[in-house]
Amino acid sequence: MSDKSRLQRVLEQGNFSLTTEIGPPMSADAQLVRKKARMLVGAADAANITDNQAAVVRMSSIAAGILASQEGIEPVIQMTCRDRNRIALQSDLLGAWALGARNLLCLSGDHPSLGNHKQAKNVYDIDSIQLLQAVARLQNEGVFLSGGKCRHPPHFFLGATANPFADPSELQLMRLQKKIAAGAQFIQTQAVYDVEAFEQWMARVRALGLHEKAYIQAGIVVNKSVKSIEMTRLVAGMRIPESYIDRMRAAGDAAAEGKAIALELICRLRQVEGIRGIHIMSVGWEEVVPELAGESGLLPRPAAEQEDETV
Amino acid sequence: MIVAEQKPIGDIAASLGSFKNIVIASCDTCVTVCLAGGEKEALEIQGLLTLCDRESGAERAYTVVNIKRQCDDEFFEGENDVIARADAVLSLACGAGVQFMAEKYRSLPILPALNTKFMGASRGLGYWTEMCQGCGNCILERTGGICPVSRCSKSIFNGPCGGSQNGKCEVSPDIDCGWQLIYDRLRAIGQLDRLSGIIETRDWSTSRDGGPRSLALPDARVGKEDERVV
Repeated sequence: MSDKSRLQRVLEQGNFSLTTEIGPPMSADAQLVRKKARMLVGAADAANITDNQAAVVRMSSIAAGILASQEGIEPVIQMTCRDRNRIALQSDLLGAWALGARNLLCLSGDHPSLGNHKQAKNVYDIDSIQLLQAVARLQNEGVFLSGGKCRHPPHFFLGATANPFADPSELQLMRLQKKIAAGAQFIQTQAVYDVEAFEQWMARVRALGLHEKAYIQAGIVVNKSVKSIEMTRLVAGMRIPESYIDRMRAAGDAAAEGKAIALELICRLRQVEGIRGIHIMSVGWEEVVPELAGESGLLPRPAAEQEDETV
Repeated sequence: MIVAEQKPIGDIAASLGSFKNIVIASCDTCVTVCLAGGEKEALEIQGLLTLCDRESGAERAYTVVNIKRQCDDEFFEGENDVIARADAVLSLACGAGVQFMAEKYRSLPILPALNTKFMGASRGLGYWTEMCQGCGNCILERTGGICPVSRCSKSIFNGPCGGSQNGKCEVSPDIDCGWQLIYDRLRAIGQLDRLSGIIETRDWSTSRDGGPRSLALPDARVGKEDERVV
């Protein structure tokens, strides 16, 4: 039996992927995750499950991912290096795979001082690139970071992030190269608003041939309110042209305007050479995702059947 | 050097408890340079504690002694008698000095007057910043002489993270992004290629993570057979 994730099959079979995001609740309420997950079934190929994003305690990304998967949406488990040392990271990877998770996104994680437990000891035993390298070795060579053998390693579809707008750009591009060299098979970018700047970045990515080594998915944030876009603008490494903020402020119905902006962005980003998918971050507005998917012509999602490997 | 700062005087006064005869011990090295624990500061603290006592009605006697280095046995000679007569010692040394005294004077309470902060360097009058975490495994040759362990808030080795913007760290606009500094420096000296490879997972066992550390130089220990060698 093939253990390939649906997202991996969608991309490998040449389809344009659509992924989105579920933020687990700040509680132990499984129903909240299930409800969000059900809204996304059929509307996206997979949903990222964030790992205590912004360093705020939430339900575990693995646990919430399994709940989502029980409702029929495939999870992309986000795993940050902020809270777990290499022992805990590898242990959680084994557990996530054993429970059925098939996609993994490796991140550094927001610093604890940005969250609500500022007194926490931060870990960062290894960084996101070293995590990618560790998971790839575990999967390909069956070896833990200790050098010890793993008899039944996981085989995640391995992802990483890229920020086209973060500084210093030359070094950030080198990091993207490192991530792909370390084993990243797909890349999700930071939210794009400035499509011109993004196109310039993609030209550099293409010049390095990176778009042929990993599936690059452009991220977008869909804002429901003026406050939402103003908050998004404060995120490090985010670049939002003033025109979008003006449009949100001038609109009678900010939510409708936010959705219209997202639709425009999806439409433009789909045409950027080398982009293989869109990643929608709905920041708690999950119900807009099926609408965006439908109105941008990205539905129905491909079946991406499991290939028969018994021959 | 080791950089430290004084605890609030109220906390120091409270830590004195019922002790009556207090020796205030300054330290003449790092903490003198960073204006936290030198002889001048010891005299200031003596004055402030005397004021506190006057307000609270406590009756205490203070004696200031100046130790050249509180982390080395040879510098206590000449002060042993006055220290031995005290009820407690208020040490203005770094954490190493306080602990060294506590080992040396086993029956005497040694109280810290400082919070020891970091290993750093002077960046102008009255300003110090952290430069080294003593991880025991230096890679400054790869990073342009700027340490990712101490200068990056996440101590990452293949930075910067996505939170670097305009040369600043996501933790605070007052903190330079360590990886921006590394990049700028390597670029300026034409060695950016040093960053092209992945820096592999670190062995933190040389750091505090491997447990309390020690260093024994065999050649320097000739004639010290009577001491316990770790």
